[in-house]
Amino acid sequence: MTSDEAFKQFLLRMGDNTLILGHRVSEWCGHAPVLEEDIALANTALDLIGQTQMWLALAGEVDGGKSADDLAYLRDAWDFRNVLLVEVPNGDFGRTIMRQFLFDAWHSIMLGRLIKSSDDRVAAIAAKASKEVAYHLERSSDTVVGLGDGTDESHARMQAALDYLWPYVGEMFACDAVDEQMAAAAIAPDPADLRDEYDALVGKVLTEATLTIPDNRFAHKGGRDGRMHTEHLGHLLTQMQWLQRAYPGASW
Amino acid sequence: MYAQMVQSEATEEDPAKLGEFQAKIDADIKIEPKDWMPQGYRKTLIRQIGQHAHSEIVGQLPEANWITRAPTLERKAILLAKVQDEAGHGLYLYCAAETLGVSRDEITEMLLDGRMKYSSIFNYPTLTWADVGAVGWLVDGAAIMNQVPLQRTSYGPYSRAMIRICKEESFHQRQGYDAIRKMAEGTAEQRRMAQDALNRFWYPSLMMFGPSDKDSVHSAQSMAWKIKMNTNDELRQKFVDQTVPQAEYLGLTIPDPQLKWNEDRGHYDFSEPDWAEFFDVIKGNGPCNVDRLAARNKAWDDGQWVRDGLLAHAKKKRAGKVAAE
Repeated sequence: MTSDEAFKQFLLRMGDNTLILGHRVSEWCGHAPVLEEDIALANTALDLIGQTQMWLALAGEVDGGKSADDLAYLRDAWDFRNVLLVEVPNGDFGRTIMRQFLFDAWHSIMLGRLIKSSDDRVAAIAAKASKEVAYHLERSSDTVVGLGDGTDESHARMQAALDYLWPYVGEMFACDAVDEQMAAAAIAPDPADLRDEYDALVGKVLTEATLTIPDNRFAHKGGRDGRMHTEHLGHLLTQMQWLQRAYPGASW
Repeated sequence: MYAQMVQSEATEEDPAKLGEFQAKIDADIKIEPKDWMPQGYRKTLIRQIGQHAHSEIVGQLPEANWITRAPTLERKAILLAKVQDEAGHGLYLYCAAETLGVSRDEITEMLLDGRMKYSSIFNYPTLTWADVGAVGWLVDGAAIMNQVPLQRTSYGPYSRAMIRICKEESFHQRQGYDAIRKMAEGTAEQRRMAQDALNRFWYPSLMMFGPSDKDSVHSAQSMAWKIKMNTNDELRQKFVDQTVPQAEYLGLTIPDPQLKWNEDRGHYDFSEPDWAEFFDVIKGNGPCNVDRLAARNKAWDDGQWVRDGLLAHAKKKRAGKVAAE
């Protein structure tokens, strides 16, 4: 793998995570349990789409002059490089907010490292995104604690959400040849190196939420290398890419 | 105009107090929450602000319908920001209504069980991407016609909410116009979508101003109280006069063969919307009434455990604090 190819893969991983999660979160628009949550979810989705524009624009530049829209709207599922966690359906509000928290915790640690990237463009995107993500994490942590330590029903739902999502956490820390090249060039950290900090952060919040982390380190994989996405991604892309696919070449 | 056919309440109070109250309004002194006000003024305002707030909330649905299908990342971001703003407007307005003594939960339940209305326009479907542009251009355009004068309304909290809302609405209208312009200048299929959107949204937009003045029996009291600043027909005319040249610029045809500039009046002559259709929509028979209300009810019912959970947690935390002190 050339280093340009590895760099592109890394950028797609960052941009596809935010694109797919942004899409999922935006599905809540107009349907959230309380008005303040509707606003917060839309705001989170908006931040994530904004970050997507930056990551995919850079990926497109590395990929010989494609636009962020080309990459978002004209790739098929196997070319997407997001982790599986972000493509699983929203489920109830509990699952959505738990997924957000599990991702935000990783995202904030990752961006914190990327601010020091040897590549100035990566560092600049990370600096901007990390301010937004700090707020996402604060909100999702508070909500996870509030619902975990709320009523019996909210506790049970949050525990069910954690049990369902936990097997999707490990993929965020998997390391392959792309990651090795990025780490060697000091562009990005080795994902495995983030795990201790993640476990400490997530453990603290989930303890406060009176929730129990499943005693199982099994991890579904296949998203960040595109080898095997879930069945859900195709449906998501069908919706997201429909206009671009139905009216090729039109300008919107 | 998100408040339609808001019934004015009759008021039976001490004539001296009523006189003082009216004098304040005539002198453009704002009425604030703790000031004395006639019961009719309070009730009419709750109905009007509530209807406006509900319209913002239900109005999220037809636009949110396109967020996941927006054709570019930039359009998606713009639409997300817009729908988020609308939820924010709902929030300001519910807060304004709360200052009149009705809680957000109470007023929400009145929406959900059909006791309170929202604007008829949101009972029409958004069928193509051009509809998102048309909603911004026409629906926000019509709303602004009414909301700009309401910045000067007599009730302080409502007036201040309106000032914030108007800034964002005019931005939305420009963005909507830009989205439909892009389509009007685009491929044959995009032009077809743009024209179709105008065809479907033109008359429902005219209906947003409510029935003709001659059939609108509740206007006089509301106008005296300055919670309605212009008549329905004045605003409708203003909207038509503003919108016709915009459609011409886009090369789109307004679906009204009678539409013609009237040199003597200095206004466009235009056809009235089908008021029978309007009353059908108001009664619940619009294309989307049932689905819109079902979506709001589902969000509320599905969210009960979340609201209960967060409330229970807040109580535990408060109790913990008290115990620690």
